[in-house]
Amino acid sequence: MISVQKQDFNQQVEYNRLKSKTSIGAIVTFTGLVRDINQDQRVSDLTLEHYPGMTEKCLIDIVRQAKARWNIIESTVIHRIGALTLSEQIVFVGIASQHRGDAFAACEFIMDYLKTQAPFWKKETMESGETKWVDAREADQQALSKWNLENKC
Amino acid sequence: MIKVLFFAKLSEQLGTRELLIESNNIKDTEQLFQHLLKYQADWSGVLNSQIWLKAVNQSMTTKNVVLNDGDEVAYFPPVTGG
Repeated sequence: MISVQKQDFNQQVEYNRLKSKTSIGAIVTFTGLVRDINQDQRVSDLTLEHYPGMTEKCLIDIVRQAKARWNIIESTVIHRIGALTLSEQIVFVGIASQHRGDAFAACEFIMDYLKTQAPFWKKETMESGETKWVDAREADQQALSKWNLENKC
Repeated sequence: MIKVLFFAKLSEQLGTRELLIESNNIKDTEQLFQHLLKYQADWSGVLNSQIWLKAVNQSMTTKNVVLNDGDEVAYFPPVTGG
């Protein structure tokens, strides 16, 4: 399941959806949250913009590439857009596999890929009231490079 | 016509999210970019101020791509989701 949505998501609902088959022996989930500090500045909230159409295509491709590498029985990627306040959930990746190795690796791969390739942009509002587009991080590019991707979005 | 989209910081700086451009004289993305540099007085400064990513028909590319009527070209900053 892939979704780009404004509304929040529920961990238990998503977990139950992943746990749908008796062949599943491992579920790994990752959740990204709105943090109160970025590059030493206090953040009060943020807005997420995306490229409708391309973002969804890109997420579908990310999951397709993960499925080509690892044994994945069920998968969920949810990414929120719009205005979000501190501690709100931004992104959810859940992988259900027979064994934990596939689930851990696929979950990390999807997050590394998503952070550097999927067309989302964060704009932060600081406690001072100033707004600022978040800059891409070199560390995220380095995280992606370890997967030796052939095709990107 | 070629549909041109701008996102995030770039759309804010240009003051535009979407343009339709007559495709007769524009053969590829390089020519489109040259056209955009002159589209409004202050656009060359913005467009040359950093590296922007480019997607043609919703696929990212760093190459010069031949354009046809009805194509969609988007420019945006490096992505920061997740």
